[in-house]
Order: sequence, then structure tokens, then C-alpha cells
Amino acid sequence: MDAPDHAPPVRDGVHVPRRHDSAEKHVAGRAIYADDAPEPPGLLHGAFGLATIAHGRITALDLDPVRAAPGVVAVLSADDVPGENDTGPVARDEVFLAASEAAQSGDVHFHGQPLFLVAAESREAARRAARLAQVSYAEEPAVLSIAQAMEAGSRFGTPYRMARPDAEGRDAPQAIEGAPMRLSGRVEIGGQEHFYLEGQVAMALPGEDGDLHILSSNQHPSECQLIVAHLLGLSAHAVTVEVRRMGGGFGGKETQGNQTAAAAALIAHCTGRPAKLRLDRDDDIVTTGKRHDFVIDWEAGFDATGRIHGICVTQMARCGWSLDLSNAICDRAMFHADNCYYLPAVEIVSHRLRTNTVSNTAFRGFGGPQGMVGIERAMDEIAFALGLDPLAVRRANFYDPPDAGGGRSTTPYHMEVEDCVIAEIVDDLAARTGYEARRGEIRAANASSPVIKRGIALTPVKFGISFTTSFLNQAGALVHIYRDGSVMLNHGGTEMGQGLFIKVAQVAASELGLDLDRVKITATRTDKVPNTSATAASSGSDMNGMAVRDACAKLKARLRGFAARHWKVAEAEVEFLANRVRVGRKTIAWEALIEAAYLARVSLSATGFYATPKIHWDRDAARGRPFYYFAYGAAVTEAAIDTLTGESRILRVDILHDVGRSLNPAVDLGQIEGGFVQGTGWLTSEELWWDDTGRLRTHAPSTYKIPACSDRPRVLNMALWEKGMNRELTIRRSKAVGEPPLMLAISALHALSDAVAAAGDYRRYPGLEAPATPERILAAVERVRDG
Amino acid sequence: MSRIHVTTSVNGDEVDFLCEPDETLLDALRNRLGLTGSKEGCGTGDCGACSVTLDGRLVCSCLVLAAEAEGREIATIEGMAEGEALHPLQKKFIEHAALQCGVCTPGILVATKALLEKNPDPSETEVRYWLAGNLCRCTGYDKIIRAVMDAAAELRRA
Repeated sequence: MDAPDHAPPVRDGVHVPRRHDSAEKHVAGRAIYADDAPEPPGLLHGAFGLATIAHGRITALDLDPVRAAPGVVAVLSADDVPGENDTGPVARDEVFLAASEAAQSGDVHFHGQPLFLVAAESREAARRAARLAQVSYAEEPAVLSIAQAMEAGSRFGTPYRMARPDAEGRDAPQAIEGAPMRLSGRVEIGGQEHFYLEGQVAMALPGEDGDLHILSSNQHPSECQLIVAHLLGLSAHAVTVEVRRMGGGFGGKETQGNQTAAAAALIAHCTGRPAKLRLDRDDDIVTTGKRHDFVIDWEAGFDATGRIHGICVTQMARCGWSLDLSNAICDRAMFHADNCYYLPAVEIVSHRLRTNTVSNTAFRGFGGPQGMVGIERAMDEIAFALGLDPLAVRRANFYDPPDAGGGRSTTPYHMEVEDCVIAEIVDDLAARTGYEARRGEIRAANASSPVIKRGIALTPVKFGISFTTSFLNQAGALVHIYRDGSVMLNHGGTEMGQGLFIKVAQVAASELGLDLDRVKITATRTDKVPNTSATAASSGSDMNGMAVRDACAKLKARLRGFAARHWKVAEAEVEFLANRVRVGRKTIAWEALIEAAYLARVSLSATGFYATPKIHWDRDAARGRPFYYFAYGAAVTEAAIDTLTGESRILRVDILHDVGRSLNPAVDLGQIEGGFVQGTGWLTSEELWWDDTGRLRTHAPSTYKIPACSDRPRVLNMALWEKGMNRELTIRRSKAVGEPPLMLAISALHALSDAVAAAGDYRRYPGLEAPATPERILAAVERVRDG
Repeated sequence: MSRIHVTTSVNGDEVDFLCEPDETLLDALRNRLGLTGSKEGCGTGDCGACSVTLDGRLVCSCLVLAAEAEGREIATIEGMAEGEALHPLQKKFIEHAALQCGVCTPGILVATKALLEKNPDPSETEVRYWLAGNLCRCTGYDKIIRAVMDAAAELRRA
């Protein structure tokens, strides 16, 4: 595993900015997504019948009008599920079809919960028929908001606490009490709809012996396989899940694709016909989980430089009606309650609230962003109270750089931060962008601009890399070399546009010493690599790259041994060059080596495996090393607001981000740009709005506003940090990139807050909540002017 | 309801198909003609993933009835390349890495081509607002704008 970082000079190997492997197909409209696969004859289409109340019981259910509708072939309820009627990924608390026709009953937990399933000859017929059910309910009071859930004590488990005293043994309340100054505050942070452009979709194809082959848009094929098997009472080996590509995932297909796949599978199982379900966009938004909204309370004790002595943080998260991944998400929010800052005495308490809303789920950052918004708010508010540049306060609190020995490197969960390069990145970025000078210029210009106010902020990111559920940190790969020398590559990671497949293929090319075009990328399938983890936690290329490297190493060892025996040289005299092999004094083409190895009966297929080293976590003690390493980055954002309308614009963004030694700079820059813009959407324009009956009213792009082309920052400068190098032995010393850049967008929220503060001549803290919609900006402007 | 017989031109080829009276052009393209490059992102004309041109005019094919295509000329992403030779716009999107998951890409390319046919020399602001009806959730749009500006410059030189 600790081989030096060199590779034969193959075409398009590691570190080359090679285009996405499907780019030519994407621009030609020829890339096949799950909904584009040829439809077999006899295909049935599914649609869910949805609950129209937020909480209560079904008292009567008449599905005959649904059955009588044109084109309907089957109507399925809980009665028709042969196995376990549940699609919960962790806890088995997620009823799949809530209604039982036979018992005329069912519990409803949120508005839009699937009650039953229709199968019809066309998608339109299924969707129309699904609305014809006659359902009577006995309604019960619904717990909808964080405030209601806190008041009602409606939560999953007991509040989870993570705490560490300072070096003198004082706990957080004592350290706050003993500090020269104290401040407390609250920040509200909205949720976020994934809005992957390709909605949830799956097609199930029945095979021999009741087996099923499922094409799913899914970040976690192995879990989908198990859930479908449980649902149908089958063994996992009877179900194959295949994912060639997704049209975006962002965490929204880590568990949320399973319901759609389960529906297609149940129809296929019950009717013996192939079945497909593609959710209508509105149903997709209503029935699938989102980023958790949070309310975070904090109280800090600090000194005149803004350095924190002690802090208490209370995180309240709306989890929705079922557990889904909420425990791990809320844990990660706690793990990022420090961001880049050493908190000498700290206490973090997390409330996982059960509400009658859709079950919130994974979304890029997985709780980390919310935790980070909390501490960044505290930094900003402390700086405002002290009349300091927020960047000065941030700097005063940074973790020590590597090997500094200053005693400021332990996280609230007792992990030592050994790779903290944030001070260096921030210094570099501030210098490159003239941050300090611009801040002064903006303040001066605001004084003579009565309507339009500008603001600027520089915020840092430190993001922990690894699944915090330790057993998930494993990956598998399968590599075949065929007799003509061509290579088939397969691994457990899934492609959702992030460029995982091309990065891992570049790894395979460099490891085998072959040009990239000799390596064939193939669809993720549970029958090729089993028991995989979700492509999530930014871990895809770290883990699958290493598993592929392991498989390639096995193949090379076999080929090396064979070549030494066959050509009678020492193994040390066999060297892999680009597309050929040196054996003693001879140089042999790759194809000739492979053909000779085949004739000599050498196995040319290998599996590979990887388990992330060093990590461990004791949840009861809230202590351990949950992360293999950290990824870092920083952004400066300049924004403007119109104080009459509350409208805002992002004017300029500069990003410096550490991806270690990039496996593919083009792909990594794409992730940084996309992550940042998605983060700005979360914090500015994307507002989820439920009415008082628990019905989501922003369920289409007409009302739910993700950033559009016109919102693109006028100036966007991105750079990979040139000195980036992973201290840990990751694949080719790269760092994960999927999630961390999203949190660079916190700089946009703070730039807007700075602009709002200008509207009140910097006399009163704006307390701008997220998302900073025009309404919220206007309300904040009024607050700072009234003060 | 009886089906409607539609004769139309798609990417220069005469085609005919039977469709339901309430069937969208998008569904007819995808399900009857096998042209799955146009995607349904929302079904309400807000995301642009189903963009095609109808007699040269940019439309969301999810908002057009298939029956309306009678006697018209439709252009989809599948007709943008000439055989295996990609259109300069397609090449520039690849070169600038202006795509990730690829679902919005066909619609954005069709919309951009329609823009450049009307206005071969658009300002960056004109490009941004013309494409504001084409949502992308992966890229952040920066590379898309760069690719469009670069392709427009190249097409003007050609």
C-alpha cells in the first residue's frame, strides 16, 4: 500500500485532467440512464397512491375505483408484500406501503406518504388511477416543526452529548463562566431538496426462478438489493441491482432510491411482468427526504482577541417521520461543530427530532454543513461584538498546523488533527484576493451608496473524510484482463456525474501501465462486486481507487511471477512499462505477455479489496478517530443587496481548495464549482415551505428555486491548492472532493450578512437566517435599521 | 380516445407515428421514436431538460402536444452532430468540462444552438439570461458559460 507515487507514463493516467468518460455520449444525447434503457414488451408502469393528511389512521379504504380505471393491471397494498413491508436502511421503521386493504387500516405519518401502488399499461394511466382511491382518515395532531417537536419531546432516542474539558479540567459551562466575555445566540438553517435533474426511477425485469434484475438510479446498489430481497422474501442472490449512471445524486439516492426500486420489484414479483416506476417531479419532491433543517443554539466565553475559551452548542434537527440515516447525519453535524477551530472546553448536545414530515436524509455534507454554519455564526457574531474583522477572530481560533506542538489540535471527540493546513490556505487566499484592502474599500463605498450595500466574507472549511459508521469504510473491485489484453474494470462505486468512474479508470491505467483507452468502464452491479457501501461521504475514489489498485497489484504479481518463470529471469528483472513489459533484456508488448500468460494457464482475473486504516469510534464514550484525514478549503465571497427589495447578487467568488495530489484536476474543479453553487442555493434561494397542515407547498421548480445560469457569480476564480498533499497514504496522495466544497458557500451567507450590517451602519448584528431569501434579507435590513 | 396519426420531420428525417391526443411531444420522441436524448426534468416547462426546436423555435417538448408536430420540423440533440462529427458547441462543452451528470446537457446544447442562430455574438449577460430556463444541478454554470462564449467565437470565425 505504500508504494512510491510513480507510474509509467501512460496516456491519460492519474493526475491528468481527462474529460468525463461519458462526455461524448452526454453531448450527443446517447448516454443511457435508467429511464432510457429499451423497454421490454409487456412493461407495466407504477405509481404510488399518496396520503393526504400529515398524521392519523386510515379508517376505510376503497381501491375498487383504482382497479376499475382504464389500463390498470394490479393494485397492491401492504397485503401484497410477501416479505417485510419496510424499506428502512438502518432501523426497520420505514413502512413501505402504509395501507392494508384487507384490514382497512394503516398509520399515516406524513402528507404524501405512499399508501398503495398501482400498476398499469402506461405511466399516465397509473398516475391517473392512483388518485381515484377513496380513503377515510381519523386525523391526529401533527408535529411539524422543530419547535413543536422540542416542546412535545418528540425525538429519536435520547439527546446525544459530546464533551471535552479544557487542559485545566474545566468543563464548557465553567470555562464560559471564567472567560472575560460571553455571548450567546441562535441560528436557524433551512433544509434543501436535492433536485437531481434525473428523478427517482427504477425498472425491474423478472428472470428465471423468480429472480429479479433491477436497473435503478441509486447510490447504494447493495442496500437496494437487500431491501428488495427482504421485501419479497427472497435471498439477496436472487436480486441483482445494476447502476450504469445517475443523473445526479447528491445523497438523494443513497437511501431514497430504494422505495422506487422496491415498487418496481413488487409489481414485477406480483405480476410476473417487467415493471418501471419513474416518479413525477412533484411526487419526487413530496415523497423523498431532504437535507435536515436545524436550529442551533450556542453560548461562548472568549477573550478580547475573540479566542474562544469555552462553548456550548445545542443542535436541533428535524429528522422527519422515520430514522433513515438521521443518527449518522446528526453525528456528523456534531463532528463539524468545530469546523477549523480549536475549542478548549466544549459541549455539544444533539436532538434528533421526530416530526410528521418526510424523512430527511443524506445530502452532500451529511450534517456537516449545518454544524459548520453554527460555529461560523458564532465566530462572526463574536467578531461583530468585539468590532474585529471576522477573519481575525477565525484565525485566532484555528487548530495548530501540523507538528506545531502548541496543544491546540484536539477535536471535541478527542481526535488529534494532524494535517491542519487551513492557516496556510487562508493566508494564501487572503493575499491572492486582496481581502483586507477590499473589505476596507467596500465599507467606504457603502457609506456613499444608500440603496445597494455590499459585503465580503472569507470562511474556511475543514471536513472529515470517512464514513463515521466505521464498517462502511470498505470497498471491492473486480478486474479482468481478456486474452487480447483489453481490461474490464468494475468496482462498488456508482457514477452520478461526479467523475468517479474516470478517476478510478485512470488509477487502473496507471497501476497496470496501460493507456486509459484499454480500460473499459462498466456498470456497477451487485453480481460483480458484492456487499459494497454507498457511494457517499466523498469516499468514492479514495476507497474504490484503492480496491482497484489492490486487484491490479494481484494481477501484476501473477504476471511478474509468470514472466520470470517463462523467460527464466529473476522477478526483479521484470518491469512494467507503458503498454509493455521489460523481462531481462527483452521488451514484450502487453498483448504478447497476456497471450503467453493465458496459454500457460495463469488466472487473469482478480478481485480487490480495501478497508480504510486507522479509524475507530466509540460512540458511547464519544471518543475516537472517526476520520482518516481532513480536507480543507477556503472561499472569499463578495455580494450585494438591494435594501429596498431584499434582492441579492453574488458578485465575486475566489476559492482555494485542497484536494491533495488531484487524481483528475478537471473533474475536481468541476466538483468544487458545482459544490459551491449548490451550497449558495441552500443558503440563499432554496426555501422549503410546508403549510400548517404539513403539506409541502414548494414541490416543483416553479416554486422551489435552485440557482440558475443567471445567478452565476460574475467573477468565479477557483484554484486547487498547489501544495496539497495528503499526509495519509490515500490513493496517489489525493483527497476526497465531493462534499467539502459545498461548505465554501458559507462565505456567501456571511457576505450577505455583512451587506445587511452595512444597511444599519454596522451598529447592530443582522442575525441573518438561512436561506437568505429576499424576504429574510429585507426583514434583517429593517431590524438593523430599527436598532 | 382514438389515436392521432402524425407526420413530421425530426432532425431532417420524415417520420410518422400514432399518439394519444393528450400525449406530449417529449413522450412521443422518447417512447415512440426512441430519441431519449431529451429528458423529462420537471414536466412543467421549468427546467429545460426537454428542450427541442419546432420550426427553429426553442420549446420545452413537455409543454407541446405530439399532435402539434404535424407538418412541422423538429430538431433534437440527436441531430446536432453530423454523423460522427460533433458540432462545435458539443466539442466546446467537452473541452471545457461543462458537464457532469449529463442530464441537462442535451437541453442546454439545443437552447444554446437556438440562441446562436438568432444572435451569433451574444454578450455573457445575454447567454446567462437566455439559459436561465435550463437548470443544471451539478456544474454551477461557470464552465457552461465559458464553453458557450468560446463556441460562439469559433462559429463566428468559421
